[in-house]
Amino acid sequence: MSIDFNTPAFEVIRDEKRCIQCKVCVQQCANSVHAYDEEEDIVKADDMKCVNCHRCVLLCPTRALKIKKYSLEFKENANWTSTAINEIYKQAQTGGVLLSSMGNPKPFPIYWDKMLLNASQVTNPSIDPLREPMETKVMLGRKPEKLEFDLNGKLITEIPPQLELNIPIMFSAMSYGSISRNAHESLARAASELGIFYNTGEGGLNRDFYKYGKNTIVQVASGRFGVNKDYLNAGAAIEIKIGQGAKPGIGGHLPGEKVDEDVSATRMIPEGSDAISPAPHHDIYSIEDLRQLIYSLKEVTDYKKPVFVKIAAVHNAAAIASGIARAGADAIVIDGFRGGTGAAPTRVRDNVGIPVELALATIDQRLREEGIRNQVSIIAAGSIRNSADIVKAIALGADAVYIASAAVIALGCHMCHACSTGKCNWGIATQEPELVKRLNPDIMYKRLINLISAWNHEIQEILGGMGINAIDSLRGNRLMLRGIDINDKELEILGIKYAGE
Amino acid sequence: MKKVYAFESRCLGCGLCEVYCRTAHSKSKDIVKAHKKENITSSIVIEEILQPKAKTYFALQCRHCASPKCVRACIAGAMYKDENGIVRNDKEKCVGCLSCILVCPYGAVKKNKDGKAVSKCDLCINYGSQLCVKNCPNEALKLLTEEEAEDLV
Repeated sequence: MSIDFNTPAFEVIRDEKRCIQCKVCVQQCANSVHAYDEEEDIVKADDMKCVNCHRCVLLCPTRALKIKKYSLEFKENANWTSTAINEIYKQAQTGGVLLSSMGNPKPFPIYWDKMLLNASQVTNPSIDPLREPMETKVMLGRKPEKLEFDLNGKLITEIPPQLELNIPIMFSAMSYGSISRNAHESLARAASELGIFYNTGEGGLNRDFYKYGKNTIVQVASGRFGVNKDYLNAGAAIEIKIGQGAKPGIGGHLPGEKVDEDVSATRMIPEGSDAISPAPHHDIYSIEDLRQLIYSLKEVTDYKKPVFVKIAAVHNAAAIASGIARAGADAIVIDGFRGGTGAAPTRVRDNVGIPVELALATIDQRLREEGIRNQVSIIAAGSIRNSADIVKAIALGADAVYIASAAVIALGCHMCHACSTGKCNWGIATQEPELVKRLNPDIMYKRLINLISAWNHEIQEILGGMGINAIDSLRGNRLMLRGIDINDKELEILGIKYAGE
Repeated sequence: MKKVYAFESRCLGCGLCEVYCRTAHSKSKDIVKAHKKENITSSIVIEEILQPKAKTYFALQCRHCASPKCVRACIAGAMYKDENGIVRNDKEKCVGCLSCILVCPYGAVKKNKDGKAVSKCDLCINYGSQLCVKNCPNEALKLLTEEEAEDLV
């Protein structure tokens, strides 16, 4: 065997004065970092295996554990950083494509943090949401050009199917297979209780979850896993996934190890077989082809369910969105390059796509200019981190947002970026029964409800501060936004003024 | 009366209940001291069963039976059912004959490490709250009445 150039990324530090050798860390680490040495009566750690998920740190009853960055310095070099060097070592050893999980971690500008919100002072009163009505309900779907009434005042215009959301937040697509059954159950139960929606992702819908159907969006992706008539009719809406922010232009690959009996039945593929989603939909090579799929899905669901089309934020997003609207979609989901994933080629994750803030602004602008903004709802996705991001997204033109990374963080995710190993210590991105158990849906669905309710309170407070009493009045209201620390071109694309203007 | 019920479907086998049981029954009531300086036997024990696809764990602790066999078998009058229905062991009286261990249908009575007496769940009556229930990270242990437990199963 030749020399191994890899070094640990993290160091496990154990305070021996506090360690009581209870072996909770040994039992809980799915990566086998900790081991008990009976002869010495001590617990040891193998730093090499540590992914820094904090499971042991949080379960250690005496707080004896700390994880630190492994301090091994290369000669300082702004160009050849330790990450750049270590990635080459890894590829020179394996000959493989580098894989990463979760969203783009590179220090690209985060435009949410470069926009500031307005508030009322003197000339228009602010509103206290605790004392006055404050509407955060939104309707997603195609809106008619005009409303017509008969002589008795009864509406005669036929309204296309709409999704009613109590709060303009939905749980974004994460497939059963990529995340565990318990994670899915938590999302489904939380969505039902909150009056919002969760998305099945591309892995089909387990029969046991059909009961949450009226709060479910079923996805149809290039692999068409688990797609059948019952599935399409089980949800409240259908989403065609063209692309994903974390890996635009790239398909998916669920390793066979994660395809257990239940996942195999749900996806309608043999147990243990790799689930490979092709990069494109092989029946969609044009907007016209997309229209055919949209209408096939509408046909099978009797035109009763809105059809969403999800694309990754890429360079021509505005033109593509216009095409999607004209193809008959009821909503467009735009997923920015910071959106998460279970696994993506590192180079794609870190270098392909554009920020959702810019794509959202240009899409909203383009659809308005073309006079077709009413034909589709816009859903922004790709690293919405808090309620302020949501308010800014809506002011930029979104109807609602999708969250997934934030939702899994609420479920216990510690952003260790090791989803693809299938050994998620928090029971989220794994199918190993012993690990899945760690995510107790009875506890976790309440945490999701807490998070969304807290954000809703904050949205109401911010709206009230602006003197607005309904989220609909904020949509596309870019005068509520001001840029800071960005250049003229960025202001132009975002369609906002600079702070102080 | 309320007892500690263990739910196998939620038990992770982490062993934190054992750690906190020992702490609750220590003199110092300090986790580190209880483990480093005192020699305490946990009254709750995690058992591991190998299933075809995965390991299953369950926590084993006293059921505080309606007519406890251990009380009847005790030769020293140390094991008794108190006015609240809690089966307790008077360590002063216990002679360590281990008859209770032999008759317990659940295997919930444990031999103390010092060999002088036996150890069993007393529902932390002297501690005030059930530390195992409070510190279970997955709500696998619950303090419930018999009726509440039946509803959950």
